[in-house]
Amino acid sequence: MSAVATEPTHSHYESNEADNFLINSKGFLSWALTLDHKRIGLMYLVGVMSAFFLAGCLALVLRTELMQPTGWFLTTQQYNQVFTLHGAIMVFLFIIPSVPAALGNFLVPVMLGAKDVAFPRLNLGSFYLWVAGAIFFLTAMLYTGLDTGWTFYTPYSTQTRGPVVAATMGVFILGFSSIFTGLNFIVTINTMRPPGMSWFKMPLFLWATYATSIIQVLATPVLGITVLLLAAERVFHIGIFDPQYNGDPVVFQHFFWFYSHPAVYIMILPGMGIISELMSVHCHKSIFGYRFIAYSSIAIALFGFLVWGHHMFTSGMAEVTTIVFSALTFTVSIPSAIKVFNWLATMYKGTVQLNTPMCYALSFIFLFTIGGLTGLWLGALSTDRHLHDTYFVVAHFHYVMVGGTLVGFLGGVFHWWPKMTGKMFNDFWGIVSCWFVFVGFNLTFLPQFVMGSRGMPRRYARYVEEFQDLHQMSTVGAYLLGLGLFVALGVLLQSLRSGKKAPPNPWGAATLEWQCASPPPYYNFQSPPTVNEPYDYTPLVYRDAERGWEYVQPTTPAPKTAHA
Amino acid sequence: MTSHAHDSHDAGHGHGDHGHSPFLAHHFDDPEQQFDSGKLGIWLFLVTEVLFFSGMFCAYALYRSLHPEVFTFASQYLNETLGAFNTGVLLFSSLSMAWGVRCAQLRQRTGLVICLAITLGCAAMFLGVKAIEYTHKWDLGLLPAGEYVAQYLQEPHHAGISPWLYYLSAVPALCVVGFAAWYVMAVVKGEKRTAEVAGPMLVTALCYFLGVFVGIAFQNAEAAALAAEHGIEAHATDVHGSDSHSSDDHGHEGSADHEHDAASHEGTKLVSRIDAPVVPGEPTLAAVDQKGGAGIFFSIYYCMTGVHAVHILGGMAVLAWLLVRATKDHFNEEYFGPVDYVGLYWHLVDLIWIYLFPLLYLIK
Repeated sequence: MSAVATEPTHSHYESNEADNFLINSKGFLSWALTLDHKRIGLMYLVGVMSAFFLAGCLALVLRTELMQPTGWFLTTQQYNQVFTLHGAIMVFLFIIPSVPAALGNFLVPVMLGAKDVAFPRLNLGSFYLWVAGAIFFLTAMLYTGLDTGWTFYTPYSTQTRGPVVAATMGVFILGFSSIFTGLNFIVTINTMRPPGMSWFKMPLFLWATYATSIIQVLATPVLGITVLLLAAERVFHIGIFDPQYNGDPVVFQHFFWFYSHPAVYIMILPGMGIISELMSVHCHKSIFGYRFIAYSSIAIALFGFLVWGHHMFTSGMAEVTTIVFSALTFTVSIPSAIKVFNWLATMYKGTVQLNTPMCYALSFIFLFTIGGLTGLWLGALSTDRHLHDTYFVVAHFHYVMVGGTLVGFLGGVFHWWPKMTGKMFNDFWGIVSCWFVFVGFNLTFLPQFVMGSRGMPRRYARYVEEFQDLHQMSTVGAYLLGLGLFVALGVLLQSLRSGKKAPPNPWGAATLEWQCASPPPYYNFQSPPTVNEPYDYTPLVYRDAERGWEYVQPTTPAPKTAHA
Repeated sequence: MTSHAHDSHDAGHGHGDHGHSPFLAHHFDDPEQQFDSGKLGIWLFLVTEVLFFSGMFCAYALYRSLHPEVFTFASQYLNETLGAFNTGVLLFSSLSMAWGVRCAQLRQRTGLVICLAITLGCAAMFLGVKAIEYTHKWDLGLLPAGEYVAQYLQEPHHAGISPWLYYLSAVPALCVVGFAAWYVMAVVKGEKRTAEVAGPMLVTALCYFLGVFVGIAFQNAEAAALAAEHGIEAHATDVHGSDSHSSDDHGHEGSADHEHDAASHEGTKLVSRIDAPVVPGEPTLAAVDQKGGAGIFFSIYYCMTGVHAVHILGGMAVLAWLLVRATKDHFNEEYFGPVDYVGLYWHLVDLIWIYLFPLLYLIK
């Protein structure tokens, strides 16, 4: 199969405006019952953004409460409920579906030059499972207030008066939403790649999505049975997790983390996939080490299944087990580091364009690296004994989840916004939002590393006075972060109202989604697209702001291949 | 496509004829791609199912290794005969399912309808037998850990049918009435196709009761056999002379014993043996047979068989859907994917039972 475009692909650009997927059919039902992956992706986007807004506000409530060591306006019980709500909504309703379900749904088929995912009805079903799970979960938690933390540890979760059964059923439903999305993507990527797109000509975002989907399919069922058994424990007292009936609470932790640690990679891998795309496109340079990045995604997915025990070093596991888990934990840092090095090498001698997506991508690298490196302290047995359940852990996973996934997600949203909506956003204000997010984020969580290493325990509503300065710094940072996110939201909404019309390919990217119109027509491609090297920018030429980048007849027939 | 194309599928059509099937979704290039996608999809789904059950298998392995004596003791309350019967029923349903897939591939409409009806009937019969097993245990207080009633404190149990059985059978009974009415109406109106759906559904609902009667018959027969045996024993030895019973002549059919009049003898026997360990050096029966002790076995038993039964019910729903489509003559050499996928699912449900049966019933 020819690696290059042998003819100008103008035909893909010319599409009838009325075919635009946003307006090709109208009315509430045309959205509610749509099987179009792009509309489902946008509905997910609105859904996860709403969940994020809610959970973000709760985070500000927590930070505000912590302005004073003796508390301000919440009782300790209310504080427990608020942090549970914050964590559970963020994890189950926002981070896990954020990139795969929202951006992935939109992008996977278009990047493959396909018309849709393999199972469109299952896809819509996943979305409604997400909605059902969200409603179930939120009502359950708001009804009397869940106070177990998002982890539902026994024996507390079998004793508390909170609505544990309803919340776990919500998690159960959300889990199936996640499973079906992953299953759909694996099948789509396996069977619906266009002729000429071999595995190693896939965009790296697809590799990351594939790795994520493997985890979703393999890990989430275990969460399903765990929460089902937990519900059975509360209702029928089955005595598997509850020590009152000779059960073992550590078994719950094993079951729970067997899912929830791989779930961490469900959260971060798609973010890494986004960064791989953004780095190459906005440096206008072929990605460095394509195969290494692709393989490292799979490696992270597989290693991720072997390290769950590092959440339980202080639970009383056998010493040998903790040593093995600690050693395995360090292996995950290898593929992660490979990715970071390759991104940096991609930038080297590239034409770095400091636009909004690139700024978010750079923030990602900076923040994710801090998050990843502090993970080594926690993976090491000796230091973890000291740092376990302190703010150090809180800061660490926020650096990975917020600094990594959220920032990557925002970068991806900005990057693909012109494709999704057909509108260009204001780049200046986009960069401003990124600065606010970056500075605010660091101000929030760097002090928490310090607090944690000095012994401030997590999940405490009250604290000793010596931590007040650091807590206040953190709170100010949280508001700055919130402001940045509002600016970002404003930039996106403003573009919908008065943004310039986006050309099919505003960034000069070579992956297939930029070959169809912005926004894409209902069937994505008028004719099957020509499969190019995903990171070969030589045939692309910039015309003007209205036409963006276009393919030209290549002069040399064989450009260099993408692998390093 | 490099994926595993199904043999008979490849044989069934030339590669040139694209898009003629009315069931080819618009986003697929050809029926083959559609079939491959579906096949990969169902295999992945089966992987998630295996992992879903794996949690319970882990719990089983863990608690059995921690408390082997509990599993040996509690397992005797399960009725092996009924378990074996159900295993046979499910194996036979797998055969009829596989046969049905073949019928779909050969466009044998009647054959497919019959095979699906047999599969559905077997599934219902399985549930009928399971209903007998469950209700019997509920009566005896053989419940999950927190609700477990220690057997040596038990009053000897009443004979006959558990009241729980009436509750469990309410829905199947309604189904019998509903499907019968539907079937009669279809026949009266001369709607052949509707009758072809309603008939098998009626048979399915009736098969549940067939399962119930088989269950009761087995229980009663075994109870009678034991009663006869114990009747002789009771004359031969003093009822309270506990030590005369060796551990292997006792308790295999514990659940059946309680069903019968002879249960009073059996109950006394259990009480009398309670402070002797099953195996020398291991915990005494009194220590094993208590709340939070022996109950863990029944916790795991109910979780595993319960989730399995839910999968049977789910399988019955999709089988009924296939039945409707089969009567509409949807399946042929080119398009038989759904039958194939449901078949794979059904075999997995069967396979899980094949593991559950020895792990729960045949410990000794």
